[in-house]
Amino acid sequence: MSGAEAMAEAAIRAGCRFYFGYPITPQSELAEYLARELPKRGGVFLQAESEIAAINMVFGASVTGARAMTSSSSPGISLKQEAISYMAGCELPGVIVNVCRGGPGLGNIAPSEADYFQAVKGGGHGDYRNIVLAPSSVQEAADLSYLAFDISEKYRNPVMILCSAVIAQMVEPVEFMSPRRPEEVEKPWALTGAKGREPRVIKSLRLSEQELEEHNRHLQEKYATVKAKEVRYETRYLEDAELVIVAFGTSARIVSTAVETAREKGYKVGLLRPITLFPFPTHVIRKLAERVKKFMVFELSAGQMVEDVEIAAAGKAAVNFYGRMGGSVPSPEEDFEKIVDCYRG
Amino acid sequence: MKLVFDRPKSMKDTVMHYCPGCSHGVVTRIVAEAIDILDIREKTVCVAPVGCAVFLYEYLNLDVTESPHGRPPAVATGIKRARPDLFVFTYQGDGDIAAIGLAEILSAANRGENFSVVYVNNTVYGMTGGQMAPTTMLGQRTTTTPYGKGAMDGRPLRMAEWIASLDGPSYVARMAVNTPANVKKARKTVIEAFRMQLEGRGMSFVEILAACPVGWGLSPIEALARVEKELIPYYPLGVLKSVDSHKAG
Repeated sequence: MSGAEAMAEAAIRAGCRFYFGYPITPQSELAEYLARELPKRGGVFLQAESEIAAINMVFGASVTGARAMTSSSSPGISLKQEAISYMAGCELPGVIVNVCRGGPGLGNIAPSEADYFQAVKGGGHGDYRNIVLAPSSVQEAADLSYLAFDISEKYRNPVMILCSAVIAQMVEPVEFMSPRRPEEVEKPWALTGAKGREPRVIKSLRLSEQELEEHNRHLQEKYATVKAKEVRYETRYLEDAELVIVAFGTSARIVSTAVETAREKGYKVGLLRPITLFPFPTHVIRKLAERVKKFMVFELSAGQMVEDVEIAAAGKAAVNFYGRMGGSVPSPEEDFEKIVDCYRG
Repeated sequence: MKLVFDRPKSMKDTVMHYCPGCSHGVVTRIVAEAIDILDIREKTVCVAPVGCAVFLYEYLNLDVTESPHGRPPAVATGIKRARPDLFVFTYQGDGDIAAIGLAEILSAANRGENFSVVYVNNTVYGMTGGQMAPTTMLGQRTTTTPYGKGAMDGRPLRMAEWIASLDGPSYVARMAVNTPANVKKARKTVIEAFRMQLEGRGMSFVEILAACPVGWGLSPIEALARVEKELIPYYPLGVLKSVDSHKAG
């Protein structure tokens, strides 16, 4: 099964019954899978008139407490930013998949991870954060898609799954979690008609400065809790590593082969793979920076996550970078050479 | 003594922020009365717009959600698709529906989404201080058409006719609230539109011509006269479409 289909199937199993999307390569397989499956499994698939409309339909479904999802690729994700900011402000859950493509602009449809800043730093207007998950295999794409709905609901915050076309298009075996019925979870904020209770309001508008600042403080406290509780990452060979490679998603998948080669040849190289990009494993890097000589960040971009690694390393260890842009993907051999150069340099 | 006039249950006891002579208060009350008469308050979700009616949740005594500017039809689609058992309506102004949100309203109408739309057309952006709207009349002075609106600023859009040209909607009407008689007709129309949704007929759409004295630079009385003299001839009143043909006209 492809990563795109795996994310779609996992979403259904996580109890998502509402999908709203707009066609864009390289993620249309996700929508097509749900167009086939959702009507058979008691759900609604709707092809919207735009990415803007699609995310606002997710907003609407979420208002009622339903689990809802949209997916797109980079230019389409840019269009969704307004409503994502509204969802963060209104504290509405919702899952957004970004199968990132080469940019800027129309760019191309080749694998890229250059939407890191957009996903991790907010993307839309105002002080808010998305929770961002970055799978590096089809299995993990399925697992994170399933998890995304829980986290999103728990924190009442949009969750974005960020991956490149490699993950979405790659076909690998997948084991799925069992289906469940999340609708039994009580949502004391959802709009369901004010039957026998006071009316509820979902809004982000707070005209008085004091009230809006207070709301922002509440959001920041929530993000602090997310940072404390939801950091996920994978490590390899960190015990005696002198050089630590930091990479996520597709970059991590490729560079992990190079790390294995380096270990076989006796280089003390380790790997840290953030699975959550927000919250970022800052504390892990900060601790490693006390004892390792260097970090090297591999990305499918001009270098975006590298800034977060630099902040975490806080000048205590050197931070190097190697990236490919515009949809170009390095080979493991190419990554290996860069690792050796950095190790020796 | 018999009580003959009271606040609808669907309205909160609060002071509205609307300017003197603004029609929004009347339209809000009509909507609340219709919800009371149909006894659907406890299953209603309202989608409020960005614009003068942004504070609708302060006035309506029922579940209300905010929506990004122009997107209420998409938000309402999401709500209604997720919970077809709820009664859902959007309340939108002319900037919201006829400019930034054209794609959303036309697409939702074309799909025949089963929610209702109350569209308040006062030919101006009121909330932002009286700028030109897509429904501003030719020659009308606004803060962004200080010399009068020209044809190439955009001819005033007749939304009700446009929506009525689609097969999706069940009921399309245009009303005004400039006289007591028109208020009564508008109320009847809104009730009829809401009933269409309750019967699962597909989108029902009521455009209501409204006065904006402050945005027009007129007194409240002059503004009501303008609705009669300038707006109604260009934006004719009536039921433009009804799947129940015997109820049309």
